[in-house]
Amino acid sequence: MAEKSGADILIEALTDLGVEVVFGYPGGAVLPIYDALFKQDRIKHILVRHEQAATHAAEGYARSTGKPGVVLVTSGPGATNAVTGITDALMDSIPMIVITGQVPTGLIGTDAFQEADTVGITRHCTKHNYLVKDPASLCSVIHEAFYIATSGRPGPVVIDIPKDVQVASATYAKPAAIQHKTYRPQTDPDKAKIQEAVDMIAAAERPVFYTGGGIINSGPEASRLLRELAELTGAPVTSTLMGLGAFPASSDQWLGMLGMHGTYEANWAMNKADLIIALGARFDDRVTGRLDAFAPNSRKVHIDIDRSSVNKIVRVDLPIIADVGRALAAMVDCWKERQHPKPDLTEWFGRIEGWRQVGCLKYEDKADVIMPQQAICSLYEATKSRAPIITTEVGQHQMWAAQHFDFEAPNKWLTSGGLGTMGYGLPAAIGAQLGNPDDLVIDIAGEASIQMNIQELGTATQYRLPVKIFILNNEYMGMVRQWQELTYQSRYSESYSDALPDFVKLAEAYGWKGIRIETRGELEDGIQAMLDYDGPVVVDCRVAKLANCFPMIPSGAAHTEMLLQAAEVSGEMDDEAKALV
Amino acid sequence: MHIKEETRQRHTLAVIVDNEPGILARIAGLFTARGYNIESLTVSEITEDKSVSRITIVTSASEHVMEQIHSQLERLVPVHKVKDLTVLGPHVERELALVKVAGTGDHRIEALRLAEVYRARVVDATIASFVFEVTGGSEKIDKFVELMGEVGLVEVARTGIVAISRGAEAA
Repeated sequence: MAEKSGADILIEALTDLGVEVVFGYPGGAVLPIYDALFKQDRIKHILVRHEQAATHAAEGYARSTGKPGVVLVTSGPGATNAVTGITDALMDSIPMIVITGQVPTGLIGTDAFQEADTVGITRHCTKHNYLVKDPASLCSVIHEAFYIATSGRPGPVVIDIPKDVQVASATYAKPAAIQHKTYRPQTDPDKAKIQEAVDMIAAAERPVFYTGGGIINSGPEASRLLRELAELTGAPVTSTLMGLGAFPASSDQWLGMLGMHGTYEANWAMNKADLIIALGARFDDRVTGRLDAFAPNSRKVHIDIDRSSVNKIVRVDLPIIADVGRALAAMVDCWKERQHPKPDLTEWFGRIEGWRQVGCLKYEDKADVIMPQQAICSLYEATKSRAPIITTEVGQHQMWAAQHFDFEAPNKWLTSGGLGTMGYGLPAAIGAQLGNPDDLVIDIAGEASIQMNIQELGTATQYRLPVKIFILNNEYMGMVRQWQELTYQSRYSESYSDALPDFVKLAEAYGWKGIRIETRGELEDGIQAMLDYDGPVVVDCRVAKLANCFPMIPSGAAHTEMLLQAAEVSGEMDDEAKALV
Repeated sequence: MHIKEETRQRHTLAVIVDNEPGILARIAGLFTARGYNIESLTVSEITEDKSVSRITIVTSASEHVMEQIHSQLERLVPVHKVKDLTVLGPHVERELALVKVAGTGDHRIEALRLAEVYRARVVDATIASFVFEVTGGSEKIDKFVELMGEVGLVEVARTGIVAISRGAEAA
């Protein structure tokens, strides 16, 4: 068989694996790969402006399409700049392959120019990583890396390729289906346990489905099956931040998001439930609140593909290790097979209705100032018919979007949940737009977060991507300020966004359209102008400066100790409370 | 404010891994990254083709954390199997130490006598020193080293614990 260069093997393997888009940034240690890219036209390369953005763009692409995101960066700073996005993908279980250049094998360990110990640095922020020293193993490593990144609980995989390995030659043969020596994710559920779970649901008086990002990762079929199971069982459904969209917000059974900024009804339902069915969710501290008060009188079923997620935070009664989609399919079949009638949950829904009546998300739409919640609601009303893809940065705007923007379908909501990475939203929107060229893609941002990867305006311009950025500009790192009000007697230490750029002029400088919305009267028209423009738009929406995000469960408090409004917030907390994240 | 600690129990784990570069860093790093403690760690190849290694880890943790350590280790891609020997039943733990003792006269004679009691072998001798090889459970080695301290201990090298289950079956 004819031999090829390592760089050509990489391109051929990526092509065989169905890769259409690579997000990257060239540099010395990846020049052979960039030359190989230049000579082909099957893989499209998207040139970002910073390597961190390449990783978030790949995440946005992956989360919105279900395909793995691919990143290509150089050695040293190229790799270290990618670390934040790699960690983000690990925390949110996003399938991603990051190819990093490395100094030639002979120079490894000599502190060579642009050398960094990439496999060492990324060992604990990847699902797995490789340093390929032998060109003959390149082909199998790339195929294996894709298999590991996309199977089981998805995650990022780094392949570090020294420059001489990119140049040296070897043979390439597309391998048959991968049978890994040690890595065998368990995807099929134990039938007996499924039956036990189904019978528990049938017998429950106050069941709640607590769903998470695992349902999105499992694919659209898992979302469909969740709807079917919810229909069969009649049980109410809540979701984590990462799982929004898996269940339609328009359903009567929908409780809204749970957790720190979740709804009153979702958190009270969790607290009073007699059965919690956790589906692809991992009991994050943002979800549970104070652990000894979390769903205290419930039995718990936990379906997760990752064994280490089980009993990590909350002890459960029935763990089922499986792909959540397959488990849902088995539960639907088993429910029908056992001919369980639809349980009568009238009393349970009666109590839920009482909690709903609290109207925890209500806010006052004011005439003299734009309330940030109103801005999200107006954006939702203007765009819902187009089922847009929404990305966010991190902070108050992210929580307001999660609370007030309703989703009917999966893969429409892209946010940095686990790591909470400011600067995620714009590059993620770019990745999502590339994967979904006909969709409306909006980054709901804050004026502080957007500046963390603002350079990516240029990337959208270059590839004619009509991404919209909707900035809720309150001139504060609002969530930091909110916590300072809650915990530190409003000592606003470094949380004011001083010296802000003129976002309209900044947009124009990059060839975008810039729109400023300053008064309540301009809100709807401004949003319409954004939607009417056939190209990328930055909207600088000036909102109430001191609005806070409620409801809120303070760190370390129980679900039932939820704060509903600002008046309940005051004073200074003790050291125990200050130490909580 | 004070940080609370949980009660811990000692466990001995046998971790069977693919012998790839970086595997030890992966395992040791997992323990530091997640705040688990390592009391002893040994590693050696166990197959003829040198493709598989057995890592013996002694750790102490609460039952809840122990379950996490187990599943976190199993989650690593190159890990074949994790066996918690402490949970699986009776097992044998051994350690080997090389103990250098220098001295003359009575000290020298006493060192030799103690070595005999502990079934330590002399693997090197000069007019003024011995190197003893002693194997056994960690407590025995501790005690031997402590006694040698009285008669001219110079330095100690210990392997750390290796362990295997009792009986005919593999754990």
